[in-house]
Amino acid sequence: MATRAESLSLAPPRKRWGEVVIKAALAACALVSVATTVGIVVALFLPAFEFFQKVSFWDYITGTEWAPLFLQQSFGVIPLIVGTISVTLWASLIAIPLGLGAAIFLSEYARPRLRATLKPALELLAGIPTVVYGYFALTWVTPHLKDTGLDVGVFNALSAGLVMGVMIIPTVASLSEDAMSAVPSDLRYGAYALGSSKLQVSTRIVVPAAVSGIVAAFVLGISRAIGETMIVLLAAGQQPNLSFDPREAVETMSAFIAATGAGDVPTGSVEYKTIFAVGATLFVMTLLVNAISIRLVRKYREVYE
Amino acid sequence: MSVAISDTPVRSGRRRGVWRGRIFVALLLLSMAVGFVALGTLFFDVLSKGLAYVDPVLLTNPPSSDPDIAGARPAILATLYLGILLILFTVPIGVGTAIYLEEYADRNRWYNRLLELNIQNLAAVPSIVYGILGLAFLVRGPLNLGNVVLAGGLTLGLLVLPMVIIASREALRAVPSSIREGSMALGATQWQTIWRQVLPAAIPGIATGVILALSRAIGETAPLIVIGAATVIAFNPTGLDSPFTAMPIQIFDWISRASNDINDYRPLAAAGILLLILLLLAMNSVAIWLRNRYEQKW
Repeated sequence: MATRAESLSLAPPRKRWGEVVIKAALAACALVSVATTVGIVVALFLPAFEFFQKVSFWDYITGTEWAPLFLQQSFGVIPLIVGTISVTLWASLIAIPLGLGAAIFLSEYARPRLRATLKPALELLAGIPTVVYGYFALTWVTPHLKDTGLDVGVFNALSAGLVMGVMIIPTVASLSEDAMSAVPSDLRYGAYALGSSKLQVSTRIVVPAAVSGIVAAFVLGISRAIGETMIVLLAAGQQPNLSFDPREAVETMSAFIAATGAGDVPTGSVEYKTIFAVGATLFVMTLLVNAISIRLVRKYREVYE
Repeated sequence: MSVAISDTPVRSGRRRGVWRGRIFVALLLLSMAVGFVALGTLFFDVLSKGLAYVDPVLLTNPPSSDPDIAGARPAILATLYLGILLILFTVPIGVGTAIYLEEYADRNRWYNRLLELNIQNLAAVPSIVYGILGLAFLVRGPLNLGNVVLAGGLTLGLLVLPMVIIASREALRAVPSSIREGSMALGATQWQTIWRQVLPAAIPGIATGVILALSRAIGETAPLIVIGAATVIAFNPTGLDSPFTAMPIQIFDWISRASNDINDYRPLAAAGILLLILLLLAMNSVAIWLRNRYEQKW
């Protein structure tokens, strides 16, 4: 049976306009995320720029007195930065060792079924709303800290830092565990074959091999701590305080933004613009921390064949 | 050639090593335990303080200065509204972006790589910055919606959009290319392939991601505070343009109120927390069930 040659053609089919429209619509969806970033940058830096027309940038960066809503206004942001660093320090002290320990356990010691149950359970810790953690810090941790004899105030940086650390453990543990699982088993088996114990394999082979991912996990945890609001708002207080003493109340940058945003400052006033100036500072700080993490990861990344 | 092996050093080293190994494992177990112990303590604390207040009154009454008759009805309803708004906003845009990135975008073009980098960055931005974004653009600024339900829903939607995009991409990526290629070989266009083959196969993964994003958004307080969610609202939200509150905000309000012996709001806050946690547990269970039930092994 002869085929009808005229009906076969190698010319491309007519363009389907429906496909073009759909691709454009999907690309438009993708642009929403770009618009969000642009929006964040504009929303933060435009009013911050206006703020710095009224308040000298030098006074802001180096001033040690933060009192924007008082009669005698003072706009030195250092107390807020110190507050943020203080709480982040305590949180990291808890989250980094415990997170790494949990990750090593999950990756090297736990049986597959145990790991499959424990890993989601750990995620549960991360899923608890931060306002609940704030409640816990305020109503359970602080009184119990007082009971142990430590002279902590009703609001103090230590409670907030400890609870925040517990909240961040899953972040650090999860990413570190992913990094350690990615280490090829050949390295482990080689070490065992040479007579190493499990302890030696975990600490001298796996962890150093996964160090870039582990460092990335640490830094991600730290950047989460920097941006966290509710725990510090409820438990660390709203008093700017230039002190690293964990027993005292401090105000972090995020707590200030939340407290001021909730209040009634007139739109457009200098006090209103402090929200954006501090927000911009917070944003820049988070970006710096993330940029450091990317550089560290790139520097220490192990490449396996 | 024989190698002389002296066995005393090896043997004592092994014995010391056994103890060191055991202590190490104990430390590791301790690390794992701390988180769970803290979680357990938190649950018991909230349970013991709040269980007495979890009753129909909590669910059906508006807040009041008398803790005995105070309820969280406006907050519960508003949280539901916010959730629905969130889904309506993030699912089309998030899944659309994921489809664009996975199926249509040429990975070698700089703008597509920038897009991916941008989404990763957005996922790391603190939630309060999204509140500032909402305040500047949605509540005051150009759109000037005021501190209403629509602004709250959109702000939360923007917050979790990166999560939805990333989860949807994973789900789409998990569909093997043989499905796409088979469909194209039978003459389907790209969109037909996506709409009729790839997307249906990816829906369980996408649904799980959306539910997890939703549960994250429902627990968020900071962005809503900044965009001006009211802390004391006695009426139910009436529509997209009504002032609103949300469950975490209500809890926050109850915690922050000065409690004395006559009016103690702390147990009320604990009860609200129990409700919120119950809601989140329910949602996460649905997500896990969905994933287990419909997950396909290719």
